[in-house]
Amino acid sequence: MEQGRAQTELAERLEASGAGGQRSRLRNFLTRLVREKPLGTIGLAIIVLMCLMAIFADLIAPYGFQEQDLSAARLSYSWDHFLGTDQLGRDLFSRVVYGARVSLQVGIYSVLITLAGATLLGVVTGYYSGTWIDNSIQRVVDGFMTIPYLVFLLFVMSILGPGLLNIVIALSIEGVLINSRIIRAQVLSTKENTYMDAGRAIGASTPRLMTLYILPNIMAPIIIIGTVSLGLFILAEASISYLGFGIPPPFPTWGGMLTRSGLDQFYVAPHLAIWPGFALSLAVFGFNMFGDALRDLLDPRLRGT
Amino acid sequence: MARYLLRRVLLIIPTFFIVSIIVFSMIRLIPGDIVDQMLEDRGGIYGIDHEEIRERMGLNRPIHMQYLGWATKFFTGDFGESLWNKRSGLDEFKRRFPVTFQLAVMTIILASVWGVFVGIVAAVKQDSVLDYLLRSVSVVGLSIPYFWSSTLVIIFGSLWFNWSSAVIYVPPFGDRADFWENMKIMIVPAMLFAFAIGAPIARMTRATLLEVMRTDYIRTARAKGLTGYAVINRHALKNALIPVVAMIGIQAVFAVGGSTIMETIWRLPGLGQYIVDVVLFRDYTMLQALTMFIAMIIIVINLLVDISYAWLDPRIRYQ
Repeated sequence: MEQGRAQTELAERLEASGAGGQRSRLRNFLTRLVREKPLGTIGLAIIVLMCLMAIFADLIAPYGFQEQDLSAARLSYSWDHFLGTDQLGRDLFSRVVYGARVSLQVGIYSVLITLAGATLLGVVTGYYSGTWIDNSIQRVVDGFMTIPYLVFLLFVMSILGPGLLNIVIALSIEGVLINSRIIRAQVLSTKENTYMDAGRAIGASTPRLMTLYILPNIMAPIIIIGTVSLGLFILAEASISYLGFGIPPPFPTWGGMLTRSGLDQFYVAPHLAIWPGFALSLAVFGFNMFGDALRDLLDPRLRGT
Repeated sequence: MARYLLRRVLLIIPTFFIVSIIVFSMIRLIPGDIVDQMLEDRGGIYGIDHEEIRERMGLNRPIHMQYLGWATKFFTGDFGESLWNKRSGLDEFKRRFPVTFQLAVMTIILASVWGVFVGIVAAVKQDSVLDYLLRSVSVVGLSIPYFWSSTLVIIFGSLWFNWSSAVIYVPPFGDRADFWENMKIMIVPAMLFAFAIGAPIARMTRATLLEVMRTDYIRTARAKGLTGYAVINRHALKNALIPVVAMIGIQAVFAVGGSTIMETIWRLPGLGQYIVDVVLFRDYTMLQALTMFIAMIIIVINLLVDISYAWLDPRIRYQ
């Protein structure tokens, strides 16, 4: 009874000081973001807007993404079609809205796989640094790093063929290998802390040390990698779809809508070249700015990585 | 320095070996039959049959023999020939490499100039209107994909100014060459590319220069009465530029990778455009050779970055 009250009291004090409790920590972070990082706040707003667009695409878009009307092809801006129509008479605004869904799908799936894989690989290689396991994995990563990511993605897509799942696989392989390096470096410095010795002294097993001693201390870089990669993956998917090896038509992707084979259309209807690119740039801008702010607020040591 | 150099150059060998294994195994990890896949949409055309391709790619030998044969051939400069038009890979690379090289070099020079210059000005005039303006410009460069800016320039250049890039590529040197005509073709893509590639360099330069300006030895330099120009030029820049060099190296790798897109948009007959063609036609022999060739370029870039790093920062040399 007595103990229970003491615990509640402690919890309340922590809550008040802002050190404990997930909710107040989040609130603290948001307050600092808004106060100190105006660009980061704009970035977050863009990201939230994009997520809403992707989730409620069916409600926002006035037409379906493959609703064709050849009699209304290549129309300019009007009340019926905000951003005009494309060469098949599909509503451009609707396609840009649905494009957010495809971009985010690719981005989020790839980021989740990347974070899981890179964390696992980074923690294991960092924990066993200097052993043959670590050394051999590092050499493989070295090898992968000598292939530019667009060339690598093209290579993988030519083997797997176009498609959403395949581009997620390609992006994830690249993401896991590259980011495992950053996480490994973080683990290397975390490993030196004395609480690791304390953990070992009380007989904590290796998996326990990895998950309860190391992992909580590398969460900041993991979150930052997630945000930054999401922007990079969206851009990479657009680049691959632009070249025609990403997500095949009729699925609306921002990169695919800009594709070079549509160039002849763009001379007649320039709005087709403007808005998908604008949406893409805005998304990349949002993730860049929010990622930067996140890095400055969560872990200033990571600047420049 | 000599010892460092030797060690660094020797490091190329294992890296190269690993890349070759990665590139070699990648097409062998495909589920299903690779020859079936290659011929999927062109079966029977050109009188090519499965067995012939299998024979030519050496797929009917044991796997370690396949690797050895392939690697030895690669190192002796025999890049194989295209499966579809039977052109020799070596000839193709010789013809296309200069285009990619020129685009990448022009891009990196322009990107470094605008990146470093803008970064320095923004740092020196920190928190002024000019600083905000330049930072906004670099953020824009960071956010706009170069294939979009290129598309816009092509479309609106034509619609508004009746301008269009040459349809036929002209080399700068050799026979049929016209240096200025070539420059006219290359400068626009290089500038657009450099705007995107240089943005991170600008941000990096500004950030590191500001960091260095806060150090004690800069205060000392100021205190002994040096002018602002001398402080930055003689004292601050030397240290601030070290990480910038690494950044330029990273961006050079992006310039090589991005050539796939830039050369496709601007119809430049370089290696990047060739990769896209090769991927389109599923010409795996060429794709492997080409990827290896590009990895080789990247290895050289990384080597140059590390050497300049050691040259700029003695601490690395003596490690």
